Amino acid sequence: MSEVQPTQPEQDNHPDQMPEFEERLLLAERKDWEINEAVLQPMFKTGRGFWILVAILSAIVLWGFYAWGYLIYWGMGTAGINRPVYWGLFITTFVFWVGISHAGTMISAVLRLLKADWRRPITRGAEAMTAFALMMAGLYPLIHLGRVWKFYWMIPYPNNRFMWPNFQSPLMWDMVAIFTYLIGSSLYLYLALIPDMAMARDYTEGWRYKLYRVLALGWRGTEAEWHKLHRALGIFSVAIIPIFLSVHSIVSWDFAVTIQPRWHSTIFAPYFVIGAVYSGLSALASILIIVRRSMRLQEFLRSEHFDSLGKLVMVAGMAWVYFWFAGFIVEWYGNEPIVRELIHEEVSGPLAPFFYLQMGANIIPIILLVFKRVRTTPVLLLGTTLLVNVGMFTERALIVIGSLQRNDLPFNWGTYRPSWVEISIVAMTFAGFALLYTLFSRIIPFVPVWEIKEGRLRYTLRRIGRLLVPTAAEIE
Amino acid sequence: MAKDANQSDEGIRWALVVDLDRCTGCQACVVACHAENNLQIVGEKEAAYGRWTHWIIIHRYWEGEYPNVKARFMPIMCQQCSEAPCEPVCPVFATYHNEEGLNAQIYNRCIGTRFCGSACPYKARVYNWFRPEFPEPLTEQLNPDVSVRTRGIMEKCTFCIQRIRRVEIDAQAEGRSPTDGEIQPACVQTCPTSALIFGDLNDPNSHVSQLAHSRRSFRLLPELGTDPGVIYLKGGEVNV
Repeated sequence: MSEVQPTQPEQDNHPDQMPEFEERLLLAERKDWEINEAVLQPMFKTGRGFWILVAILSAIVLWGFYAWGYLIYWGMGTAGINRPVYWGLFITTFVFWVGISHAGTMISAVLRLLKADWRRPITRGAEAMTAFALMMAGLYPLIHLGRVWKFYWMIPYPNNRFMWPNFQSPLMWDMVAIFTYLIGSSLYLYLALIPDMAMARDYTEGWRYKLYRVLALGWRGTEAEWHKLHRALGIFSVAIIPIFLSVHSIVSWDFAVTIQPRWHSTIFAPYFVIGAVYSGLSALASILIIVRRSMRLQEFLRSEHFDSLGKLVMVAGMAWVYFWFAGFIVEWYGNEPIVRELIHEEVSGPLAPFFYLQMGANIIPIILLVFKRVRTTPVLLLGTTLLVNVGMFTERALIVIGSLQRNDLPFNWGTYRPSWVEISIVAMTFAGFALLYTLFSRIIPFVPVWEIKEGRLRYTLRRIGRLLVPTAAEIE
Repeated sequence: MAKDANQSDEGIRWALVVDLDRCTGCQACVVACHAENNLQIVGEKEAAYGRWTHWIIIHRYWEGEYPNVKARFMPIMCQQCSEAPCEPVCPVFATYHNEEGLNAQIYNRCIGTRFCGSACPYKARVYNWFRPEFPEPLTEQLNPDVSVRTRGIMEKCTFCIQRIRRVEIDAQAEGRSPTDGEIQPACVQTCPTSALIFGDLNDPNSHVSQLAHSRRSFRLLPELGTDPGVIYLKGGEVNV
């Protein structure tokens, strides 16, 4: 949607498209300081609703920490896991959060490289989502350890016994991948933040001024500084894409390298990556709709952005269905006894409600997103994208818990019920993510102001005869 | 995990033969194992939820339709695989292969990721879900040769490695090597029908290796290529 054809609006006078151009031009007409104000003002307004939200989220987080302490003190038995379901809701939610973290880089790095113009106002929200979701995901490898106080044995540090972690283990790959991705995405988030920190520094006083002054690193906006920033962002955009692909591949190999039926699959790595993009982009759309409303950023996050995002979600969803089908059909025809049993339980057995929830909640949004009305109406898009993530969470639960319930020896089959400890800790990470994001939106400019100003240069009004025509230029 | 120097045909490879035609499913081996290896008792409720800590699990399968129903018993313990799926996945080397073909577990090193348990196709590993409790006077009967494990770690059948080591050390002191049948894990010693036989699979004259070459022998889930060190015998028709 980044291409604007100058003559189109005048010729067919399409009712859907006219407001978009008007909004975009409105932004082009705005002064720099007006944009700064529009972004900064909502940050300073922390009304009663905001503090109530923070209090509720903090309470859930505190309760979750109590549950975690309970788990550590009494042992893993307080979670619902058993033999053979050694991994339960913790690993499911771990995979889910790593998946959510994927859209930030997807939006920001891939679209930056592709020079997709509609990415500009949503990059910061996406990158913050990556960082916070990874922080939540990173808790789970600790939470699910039986002896969490020995977690540092997984870190390769010099010691007098020459004990080294086992780099054959996918858990080690996990740790390396998540740390790399967290460091890379945090730096990427911060780099793009520097000019806005300088802008905020110049507009604030008190504790905010002190904070922004430190974070701005003495940015003055000289030509050399901009040049370096663009180069650094260019390098990061390219460098972070292999990391982004590898992280969820590695998470999938936690499962695929074992010989557990339904886990041992060659398609798991790309299937997990595309599922991560699908759920991450959907989560991004949901979050942007909520933030846009609560912070009154309608001017920056316009329906054209949600339109493009909705299309991307739809494409990712189609790819997810393709990969799911490619894996499923091979297992169906392979007809190995335990795999057949698992498939039957999913399609017509005790797992059927979850299976049909997964398929319905992942496929119906694709159909809905075909319609422009759904993509551009905030309430409809919010419902659709939340539905996608219900489906993706169910999918992860089916893979992790559903598969583990069955194995090669039928006497070892088992069932799983999550305990209050597991549910509390899962709720803690959801509330923790929301809390970090809420606080972030009041401290850091949610919309990347410098990117918007840069993108604004593309659009101008030109007078051809008596006609005012919007035009678009190609810029870096 | 190809065959390396540790798993060559030279040296010792401990193996257990389970004669399914002789097994009556009496669970005496399970009780003996509990006593020998300081296994905790988790109670009825936890056990029903799949949290028992038996190192040997007597699988019971029903065959046929009522009224011609037969019960089949199959003691399954750690298979001591040469190509063990549990070994490469442990992030801290808490499980590894020793020079006698045993799949060893280091309790002190385990951090409790339970990855080995998920990877094991036989689900022969058990986890300490809670801190083990041995009410007085049960503490008096704990085996001093075996460590009492704490919560949050994996454990599994070791082929009673403490008994293997004791015989080996005694034999070494006398300047000889252990004779066939001298080493008896607790389950082997207890089995009333002599369904369990223990020995060195690489010694062609041992009872175990002769049974392993019998027409009745098979390994569990051979299609997975784990090369187990537990050999099952099954041939005759037995009605239970």
